[in-house]
Amino acid sequence: MEAKDIISAENLVYKKPTLLNDNNMHYCPGCSHGVVHKLVAEVIEEMGMEEKAIGVSPVGCAVFAYNYIDIDWQEAAHGRAPAIATGIKRMWPDRLVFTYQGDGDLACIGTCETIHALNRGENIVIIFVNNAIYGMTGGQMAPTTLIGQKTSTCPYGRDPQLHGYPLKMADIAAGLEGTCYVTRQSVESVASILKAKKALKKAFQASMDGKGSSLVEFVSTCNSGWKLTPSKANEWMKENMFPFYPKGDLKDTTEK
Amino acid sequence: MAKMKGAIVIDTTRCKGCVLCVEACPQKVIALAGKVNVHGYPYVEAVKQENCIGCASCGIVCPDGCITVYRKRVEE
Amino acid sequence: MAEGKVNDLSLANEGTKEVVLMKGNEAIARAAIRCGVDGYFGYPITPQSEVIETLAELKPWETTGMQVVQAESELASIYMVYGAAGAGKRAMTSSSSPGVALMQEGITYMAGAELPGVFVNVQRGGPGLGTIQPSQGDYFQATRGGGNGDYNVIVLAPASVQEMADFVDLAFELAFKYRNPAMILSDGVIGQMMEKVVLPPYKPRRTDEEIIRDCPWASTGKKKGQTRRVITSLELKPEEMEKRNLALQEKYRKIKDNEVRFETQQCDDADYVIVAFGSAARIGEKAIEIAREEGLKVGLFRPITLWPFPEKEIAALAKGKKGILVAEINAGQMVQDVRLAINGAVPVEQFGRLGGIVPEPEEIVNALKTKLM
Repeated sequence: MEAKDIISAENLVYKKPTLLNDNNMHYCPGCSHGVVHKLVAEVIEEMGMEEKAIGVSPVGCAVFAYNYIDIDWQEAAHGRAPAIATGIKRMWPDRLVFTYQGDGDLACIGTCETIHALNRGENIVIIFVNNAIYGMTGGQMAPTTLIGQKTSTCPYGRDPQLHGYPLKMADIAAGLEGTCYVTRQSVESVASILKAKKALKKAFQASMDGKGSSLVEFVSTCNSGWKLTPSKANEWMKENMFPFYPKGDLKDTTEK
Repeated sequence: MAKMKGAIVIDTTRCKGCVLCVEACPQKVIALAGKVNVHGYPYVEAVKQENCIGCASCGIVCPDGCITVYRKRVEE
Repeated sequence: MAEGKVNDLSLANEGTKEVVLMKGNEAIARAAIRCGVDGYFGYPITPQSEVIETLAELKPWETTGMQVVQAESELASIYMVYGAAGAGKRAMTSSSSPGVALMQEGITYMAGAELPGVFVNVQRGGPGLGTIQPSQGDYFQATRGGGNGDYNVIVLAPASVQEMADFVDLAFELAFKYRNPAMILSDGVIGQMMEKVVLPPYKPRRTDEEIIRDCPWASTGKKKGQTRRVITSLELKPEEMEKRNLALQEKYRKIKDNEVRFETQQCDDADYVIVAFGSAARIGEKAIEIAREEGLKVGLFRPITLWPFPEKEIAALAKGKKGILVAEINAGQMVQDVRLAINGAVPVEQFGRLGGIVPEPEEIVNALKTKLM
């Protein structure tokens, strides 16, 4: 049995989702963004929501998300995606509206918009790619950078005396009345990717069912910013990020 | 006795050589090709296609969606 | 107002030309409901909180389906407008000077993404937190663009409660015609004063199908076979960005050629002309009355669009006049545009009060005499 005997349409097990177009993505090799983009595309496709999805992209590495997932998009100013998503969803309540944001966008400049959109219970999903660093601008400290972690603006390690403490946005979100689903996931292994996809689908469905707002955090890597290889970055993430940002559902009232 | 035999197709122009697929593969099917593509990235290729069981771990972990996976049940 | 009366007015008055008495701010809110606005997103700030308060009281989400959201800040407000306008809907916000300062980023983003959002500035004294009394100190902010880059927003300056009501639909018509943000630059006098107004006739909100048909550029959900719409002001390739900017400049030229609006009073035989907008123009009306009683031939030129500025019309008007007095409630902003238009042909002086103080008509007449005669 040769490969060419196996490669045929009826034997297809896995391929890139059609909604993720053929543009080469600009992310660094091994970046978690690519996997999260795939999941977003797969879930929208599986839900049959291609014609109803509208995404809001951030300022950050994912600023060009709109070049890769073949739906309508709006580009947000830094941190303002939840406000823009509110405007869209209030105007088109039957659309699937989500934001896609990094840690600087969501937890620093956009903290106010994040908390208030979630707390108003807007029927949107906020996708949070948390890699504890500002990737796009060259690797500066983020609000989720860990104590002791080195970045270009805390080259000796994050020091609470100088830099304050990392923020746990999912915990804040779980405490808000307006949220129906708050979860932390990751995408470094097959098992975690499959779990993450289920979580994303749950969140998207909850928004369409009018259950309120969801925050889906993807604890992620930035191998360029962390100055590690992609696989070493996954190791570092498991050893350091997972204990501080534990995975799992922090809140789930979607069955109510 | 039936077993699953797989085959993968890698889009080497999309590949960035992150080698996460190499690590995810339980069958050591994939390795760096020792060449670079038109974008300057070293890319991977299926070096031991015959070992592939079509588990799709490579395709699932690939951040760029480079790998298409096929699988067929084969009688021994 | 008793509750029954409040609800009666929201969709009443159709074609009956009933005259009612209300504040400028209230007129904005009622006109918004009547001209089919889809969403208002705003934040309280003196002296314009009556806009959102009136909307909250009238509950248009139960009648026309218009959404009213109190946002967490002016920043959030302008971006909610961005999102809604980017999805083809009639969306607006209102604020006052310090809040509009916060909105500048959102405004330049809307100008860059070519979005038809409408925003209202009910000006108060500045700079900074300033005062809650009226001023016209945001003329520069409005016409020069307080955000980054080369852009303009269409600026309408109402001088009466009637114009507050009329300009809401006009602002949206212009905004959608040119895919450009439009602002209504009012002030605390016009916002707070009560005058007779005939509310605009009821115009239903557009249907989803109409919006999808009329706004093919809007992010409403990409149908199969369509190219995805991306609402953005970002373009990293310089050659493309230059093209975009040149297209914007061409659009602004068209607006300048076609949308100038102004009003003149007794200018034909005048020796001197007062140029004023908004509440200063109302005071100017009284000033020319006083001047004429004293035997002075004075007229009034009132720009209604501050951008596009009626530069050709003012230049033509100035010919043969002895002097122009720009009366504005600031330290000298519109006077720059008047001077540019007149280009030295005739003396131009400026009179204004600051700190939230609204001048008396006699002060304007005195200024005319001392500075120009």
